Amino acid sequence: MGLTAYLVVAAILFVIGLVMVASRRNLIYVLMGLELILNAANLNLVAFNRFNPTTKFVAGQDVPVLDGQIAAIFVIILAAAEAALALAIVLNVYSLFETIRPDDIDNLKD
Amino acid sequence: MGTVLAFALFAGLAVVSALVALFHRSVIHSAFALLGTLLGVAGLYVMLGADFLAMTQVLIYAGGILVLILFGLMLTPGDPGERRLSRIFGGVAIVGGFAALFALKLAGVAKWAGFGTAAELEPPVDTAREIGLEFLRRDSWLLPFELASIVLLAALVGAVFIARRRFPYKEGESAEDGAA
Repeated sequence: MGLTAYLVVAAILFVIGLVMVASRRNLIYVLMGLELILNAANLNLVAFNRFNPTTKFVAGQDVPVLDGQIAAIFVIILAAAEAALALAIVLNVYSLFETIRPDDIDNLKD
Repeated sequence: MGTVLAFALFAGLAVVSALVALFHRSVIHSAFALLGTLLGVAGLYVMLGADFLAMTQVLIYAGGILVLILFGLMLTPGDPGERRLSRIFGGVAIVGGFAALFALKLAGVAKWAGFGTAAELEPPVDTAREIGLEFLRRDSWLLPFELASIVLLAALVGAVFIARRRFPYKEGESAEDGAA
């Protein structure tokens, strides 16, 4: 399969995530949309890395450059940190407002 | 042929699960549908020769983040007035249209930049070893790798700190109950 096939899948996932974020049903639903968006970006990184193979000369031998995959790993790390923090914030928002519908949370201070 | 079949399987799993997550009435079901998407993307990683990344995806996304999301859903009651997204077909049309637009744009940029024009792809390498060496090479990714550990530590301590109870106490509770 060519690069374009992967790009199409990633674009579909990205747009679905975007619609999930934009539909604002529920804060946790918005978080799920964010995870989808990050996954789509990761898929792009890995696909570009795979279809543009390069090597570099390190320690006496040619090694493949895997920067796309490594960047994807960092994205996963940050997604994990973001999910933990965001859910803590959602729980706080719930105890403060008794709702997690983004449309109902519209005052900064009561 | 087998490659096309496997790609169709994983891509179909990812896209169909994502659509279910988008359109299902219940948010809990959406969260479970997200599992299919994450596993489908892990399969696509395997097809792209990124075995270590696929494993990481299953462990961290499917095993960690999804469980966290499910806990979040269980600790907050579902919205009784929750509704299906209106105009499903409109949504599908919007999703399809924008996805096609983004994909064509990306493919155009990729072609312009000379990506993906290699006639023959190298067979995938043993990426776990290479990635591990990259992380520990001083002129490569060592600093981001160490910084990531600090970010994770700060985020997790911060999450515990934020999730502590300190907001208005319900009737019959004293401040001491919540302060623990």
